[in-house]
Amino acid sequence: MDKSQGRISRPDAGPTAEIVTASGHRGLQIEELLIFEQGVPGRSGVDLPEPPKVKDRLNGMRRQGGIGLPGLSEPQVMRHFTRLSQKNYAIDSGLYPLGSCTMKHNPRLNEKMARLPGLADIHPLQPVKTVQGALALMHQLAHWLKTLTGMPAVALTPGAGAHGEFCGMIAIRAALDARGQQARRRVLVPESAHGTNPATAASLGFEVDSIPADARGRVDVAAFKAKLGPDVAALMLTNPNTCGLFEPDIVEIAQALHDAGGYFYCDGANFNAIAGRVRPADLGIDAMHINLHKTFSTPHGGGGPGSGPVVFSEALAPYVPLPYVVHGKDGFRLVETRESGAEPFGRLKTFHGQMGMFVRALTYMLSHGSDGIRQASEDAVLNANYLLARLKDVMTPAFEGPCMHECLFDDRFLKDSGVSTLDFAKALIDEGFHPMTMYFPLVVHGALLVEPTESETKAALDEFVASLRSLAARAKAGEAAAFHAAPRLTPRRRLDETRAARQPVLRWKPSGTSRQAAE
Amino acid sequence: MRYLPHTEADRRAMLQAIGAASVDELYRDVPASARRKDPVDLPPHQGELAVERELMALASQNRPAGSMASFVGAGAYRHHVPASVDHLIQRGEFLTSYTPYQPEVAQGTLQMLFEFQTQVALISGMEVANASMYDGATSAAEAVLMANRVTRRKKALLSGGLHPHYRETVETYGRWGGFDIKSAAPDPAGTEDLAALIDGETSCVVVQNPSVFGQIRDLSALAAAAQKAGALLVVVVTEVVSLGLLKPPGAMGCDIFVGEGQSIGNALNFGGPYVGLFATREKYVRQMPGRLAGETVDVDGRRGWVLTLSTREQHIRREKATSNICTNAGLCALSFCIHLSLLGEDGFTQLAQLNHARAAQLAEKLGTIKGVTVLNDSFFNEFTLKLPKPAGPVVDRLVDKGVLAGVPGSRLWPDRPELADHLIVAATETNTDADMDLYARALAEVL
Repeated sequence: MDKSQGRISRPDAGPTAEIVTASGHRGLQIEELLIFEQGVPGRSGVDLPEPPKVKDRLNGMRRQGGIGLPGLSEPQVMRHFTRLSQKNYAIDSGLYPLGSCTMKHNPRLNEKMARLPGLADIHPLQPVKTVQGALALMHQLAHWLKTLTGMPAVALTPGAGAHGEFCGMIAIRAALDARGQQARRRVLVPESAHGTNPATAASLGFEVDSIPADARGRVDVAAFKAKLGPDVAALMLTNPNTCGLFEPDIVEIAQALHDAGGYFYCDGANFNAIAGRVRPADLGIDAMHINLHKTFSTPHGGGGPGSGPVVFSEALAPYVPLPYVVHGKDGFRLVETRESGAEPFGRLKTFHGQMGMFVRALTYMLSHGSDGIRQASEDAVLNANYLLARLKDVMTPAFEGPCMHECLFDDRFLKDSGVSTLDFAKALIDEGFHPMTMYFPLVVHGALLVEPTESETKAALDEFVASLRSLAARAKAGEAAAFHAAPRLTPRRRLDETRAARQPVLRWKPSGTSRQAAE
Repeated sequence: MRYLPHTEADRRAMLQAIGAASVDELYRDVPASARRKDPVDLPPHQGELAVERELMALASQNRPAGSMASFVGAGAYRHHVPASVDHLIQRGEFLTSYTPYQPEVAQGTLQMLFEFQTQVALISGMEVANASMYDGATSAAEAVLMANRVTRRKKALLSGGLHPHYRETVETYGRWGGFDIKSAAPDPAGTEDLAALIDGETSCVVVQNPSVFGQIRDLSALAAAAQKAGALLVVVVTEVVSLGLLKPPGAMGCDIFVGEGQSIGNALNFGGPYVGLFATREKYVRQMPGRLAGETVDVDGRRGWVLTLSTREQHIRREKATSNICTNAGLCALSFCIHLSLLGEDGFTQLAQLNHARAAQLAEKLGTIKGVTVLNDSFFNEFTLKLPKPAGPVVDRLVDKGVLAGVPGSRLWPDRPELADHLIVAATETNTDADMDLYARALAEVL
């Protein structure tokens, strides 16, 4: 999901790195040129047979001239991407407390299962009698998702969380159209929402109306009720919300919304806090996407691919998009066109969804089981509360009381220190941790959103706490300059985002400036 | 539970530090009516061995394309992926990292994305590419949205050679997102006159090359006609290996290139995850959807990479964003990038030649079977047959002979009975002479 860390910054000049080497490499930190700067013509990392001589059927449309791709051998490619990988922080390397992103352990059994030829080497358009196991797997995943949420229907096809929002909000529009209520165009979105929520609503022609948070970090119920009216189509609410808090009035909110004729879309980004303990159906939700890459551990992969199935209430179930799987007396069928009794709103994607992610998520579910999923949620909540308890005397919690799976701080503890949230996060990098989510949610000043997940040991959390406490003390002690210079121990120090945006260089060019800058 | 590290003693100690008697206290904000005392009604946790057995049982009910002579294409293609690709993408530093929001600890992902963007721009002949989209069809839909923004118009014209799933996806975005679509009728012969359908309201013309039927067209005149009318030309390529041999969209006046990148580096995966490609002209870059990696320098003046131009994106712009997208197909883009790095100029070109040659051989073989006609006057690695009977049952019967014969017209156009005897057939470097002989023999037998 999105992290609103996108505010761009231009670093102040700091002291340069002291150690100079002839190679430019620094121990295990190896400088690596672009593939385009390493390739030579005539070299390749594959051996292909000579193409048989045939009469060309290209209609005179053969490419003229070269493409410009570099030629590299297999060992060069291995080394290049291995070196690149070593410049990344990852869950496998350490605690990755990026709030709202749920950087939990990615089990390798999931990867192994996704690569079984019977699951990876099947074509989406093979005759359905040759893919009964794949359809059974989708059906089984749907069963788990429906049971965990208590919802009667699920759309598996959305390609990511934001695509799931798009799916859910289209279903709501379809339902409103069916009721002849096209005039309902206003969608209520809390100020604390992920940016995708208002963007999704706007992309479907809805008018976005912000609702404020109260002093507890929850929806201001009175303000919400005052916004209800005959033009309200839906509420888009994240629960647990982006402050890491459960909305205690959610049942009342749902009731008031339904009484006013609106639908309840829940952003399920934080389902990992409650899976196995709370069923969204019991909260009055009409549609909710589930990020398989968060709650069910499919790998984040440097930013994707995601997968965002959407569960639907009875009211929205008829609108599940194409294609979908049904089980009948002749086995499983893939429904690819409209059939009687259903009102699918259309197709969202080229094929049937992120099958590779379905395999991984189901593997996670079968491994954890009903008991393990519940335990994982509880441990995630326990870990976040433990951090909150251990840090609340030196950092400033944004709100009172326990949190769910992530704890939120504001920047009051940095007041007058000359250290910003950004500086604090960058200093954490030198401590060997990935920073928390910064400046999100927007309702909290200088927000620091910390989500440890259930994967961490108490010892790892204690180590993290020790670093944060030390940094908080150093900020207080007036060491602002050290924070401004951080990080200092990374392959690159703070990068000039302003320059990147003002003079965009988005690709390598033979005549480009890339090489000079490198030297 | 092997993934959960806490002992009961850990949990007690942590609860004590928190000052809570039980974990239930931490859930006290959940309304009483929604609190569940017991686990939901699903099976309990299992060890690796048991889970593996269960998944393998499901997998064994499928017939992998590689276990048969497979000629299925129409938007997803079975190619050989070098072993090193899958090895590299499983490095934890790639697999288990997130979106590179903290560039100092994500230079690996960012540099890779910069290389990926460059590769996509090079093979498509376009000026600038983004860091990938969900897949080809969503990429096409986003291209139409972008064309609508650029031209301030709201009507897309779709070619009859466009893959019907792409058309249906664009239609979903149009129907619910508020733009109009005019779709030309399916065009197996590749003779439609799209230029004649462009009017002053048209924001873009979306055309696939090679078409879903396999036909190759020079789109230069169409591009000129579109641009003369103030519209953009969107070119869709579902088989990107073709770009190793064919004149690229950028050389034909294309304004937005959209591709399905699965063919390079990615398995069939029963339809996903795949990797949508998206490229355009430099002048439109600020109207582009999706993530972009850009070059910059760090505070010491060393070259590095960051995500850039994010003021287009939803986490900054919220309801004014160019798109609600907040992921790319990172790991699939990495597979693409590694595979194309291995191929290089020579390998990519040769792979394309090999695909074309295989398809030409197959068309030759199948075209001589009595009653079978190859409809194409041109093709890359995929062509359309007209059979003397409906293709669906023929495909089903060929399964029993060990052949995945292609995609019958009835599967893609169930509402078009006139296409029921059409069969879309793809050949790649993975098909052997024996596969092709088997196909020709078996097809002759069932007809």
